[in-house]
Amino acid sequence: MVPTHYYLILSAILFGLGVVAFMFRRNIITIFMSIELMLNAVNLAFVAFSRALNKLDGQVFVLFVIVVAAAEAAVGLGIIIVIARNRQSLNVERVDLLKL
Amino acid sequence: MNAPLIIFFVLAAMCVLGAISLILQRHPIHSALSLIVVMVALAGLYLLMGAEFVAAVQIIVYGGAIMVLFVFVIMLLNAGVEERTNLSKLAGFAGIPLGVALMGFLAAAVARSQDMVQVATQTGTAAPTKALANLLFQDFVYPFELTSFLILIAILGAIVLAQRENA
Amino acid sequence: MIDFLIQQVAQHAEILITLVKIAILLFVVLTVNAYLTWFERKLIAHIQSRWGPHRVGPHGLLQPLADGAKFLLKEDPTPAGVDKFVYYLAPLLALALALTSIAVIPFGPDPLHFKGHDIYLGIVDLNIGILALFAITALGVYGLALAGWSSNNKYSLFGGLRSSAQMISYELALTMSVVGVLLMAGKFSLRDIIDAQANSHGLFNWGGIFHWNIFAGPFPQILGFLCFFIAAIAETNRAPFDLPEAEQELVGGFHTEYASFKFAMFFIAEYTSMITVSCLCSILFFGGWLSPFPASWTFTTYLPSLLLIPFGLWVIWDGMRYETIFGKLILPAVGVVVTALGAAFLLFPNVNAFVQGPFWLLSKICVFLFVYVWMRGTLPRFRYDQLMSFGWKLLLPASLANVVLTAAALLWRGN
Repeated sequence: MVPTHYYLILSAILFGLGVVAFMFRRNIITIFMSIELMLNAVNLAFVAFSRALNKLDGQVFVLFVIVVAAAEAAVGLGIIIVIARNRQSLNVERVDLLKL
Repeated sequence: MNAPLIIFFVLAAMCVLGAISLILQRHPIHSALSLIVVMVALAGLYLLMGAEFVAAVQIIVYGGAIMVLFVFVIMLLNAGVEERTNLSKLAGFAGIPLGVALMGFLAAAVARSQDMVQVATQTGTAAPTKALANLLFQDFVYPFELTSFLILIAILGAIVLAQRENA
Repeated sequence: MIDFLIQQVAQHAEILITLVKIAILLFVVLTVNAYLTWFERKLIAHIQSRWGPHRVGPHGLLQPLADGAKFLLKEDPTPAGVDKFVYYLAPLLALALALTSIAVIPFGPDPLHFKGHDIYLGIVDLNIGILALFAITALGVYGLALAGWSSNNKYSLFGGLRSSAQMISYELALTMSVVGVLLMAGKFSLRDIIDAQANSHGLFNWGGIFHWNIFAGPFPQILGFLCFFIAAIAETNRAPFDLPEAEQELVGGFHTEYASFKFAMFFIAEYTSMITVSCLCSILFFGGWLSPFPASWTFTTYLPSLLLIPFGLWVIWDGMRYETIFGKLILPAVGVVVTALGAAFLLFPNVNAFVQGPFWLLSKICVFLFVYVWMRGTLPRFRYDQLMSFGWKLLLPASLANVVLTAAALLWRGN
């Protein structure tokens, strides 16, 4: 069997990679995708603990995280579309003024 | 070196390579494809852990709906290759090692705790979906109904945001 | 050396058996795809009062071979300015996902017994069978969307976007319409769903056809079946929902810029998903491998032979008076094979018992494929806004109503 801490180390690595991607990419859609990567890393940790503690609560929380991620992606992408329409650019460094 | 361990390492390698590819690709659509690979590999890991329903939901919802939304937006906004801007290189030189250090600290903290969390004996997975449904609709029914409100708010928000201004 | 090999084979027999099953199933599915294109062209032609392919072999039976040769030998251009990785990935993805979905479908109830191993007909029986199928269908959207985008062509982009939006909308109705069946069966595995239909007791208990999900249980799944079939036709981008690939409207839709072999991959993916949907319809709603006749009517076990022997004799007679010499040779040979098969079922009762399940499943699949092609030849195309409003405003509420009614009926029956 695979020990639990292997899954947790993988989850930590994925989370760290998500943070690095969030900080170093300039395209706002890629930044959003790195947020999804971080959420997935957290999901992996949830399921690993659910298996270790032999309870299904972790998997229920994974379902909730997926639902919240879906809602957040929908609204976030709507905001991205509005920004892209107004500034004609998807570069976050261009969105640095409070007024257009 | 038994079969589950080999499968774990293959899937974990797919996850990590997909995440690194997400960081390094220049075009957002390639980043999106890498993220889809990460999600499918994660679904494989959930299957390896015995969480079948969660694996299926991950592919259907995350891989088949959320990422399709991302791909649509990339196509509609005609997102191109990222341009290079002249911001400080120092941030790059200092930041990447710090990011790696963050990952290292997290991973080391986790690895040091390996005695505390052991794999429990084989769970009674006769009908895990049924048990999951029981849990979801009995103990967690209140958050479940709240998520339906959340989705409704998200739908309304997305519709309002994506409308064209009638100026 | 040989002993070492034999010992390794014996140790890893399960994996080898599965690999052989995969190879056989791939071969069978690709051949059925090829002859499904022949069947479609012939049937649509006869609906439109013309003959269809009839030159390339007796009755046009070698037309798929000619098409295959054309696909392999034609020039395969890559347009300028495409995103190469995504351009090559899209048909590969579509084909791989379509072929993977055949893996979870069971084709027969009884296993073959071979040297102590039970070989079931069907590559694997997942206990999340139907969910895995939905997962693969959900991923299938990418093939079309990425194909449309990577072609560097505005018509392909529109076609790709439209068809992916259509697939996502109808995927919801597809998933919801199956929930009624899942409520009645209580399991996700496809074999268990057929077994639940075999043991169901519903409105009428006269055996056979009245135990199928579409007539049985506390709530006959007629609404569910209609929603599923319509949503599946939209999901596979077939007529009347084929606006995204309509030749008259969008040049070719998302596969405009794809030539010979890559186009063939999309083509095979579409026909394979047609076959998968027909399998699913027959398994989920029409009893899978269960016979429509009650089990007490044992004379119905001779139906396969009763169908095959006259058909084989007719093919021999038709071949003997065919115009070309090639037809005069091939058709009687085919007829002799079919007649011999029918006679074998008569002579060997245990083979006959084994063949009953697959025979009924295959005949139901053929009925659904016929209905698919019939709809293509008969119905006009939906306009895109009609299509989207139909999916969201009619089909999704109908499938949700089906779920609510089935659940209410199950509660009332006290399950």
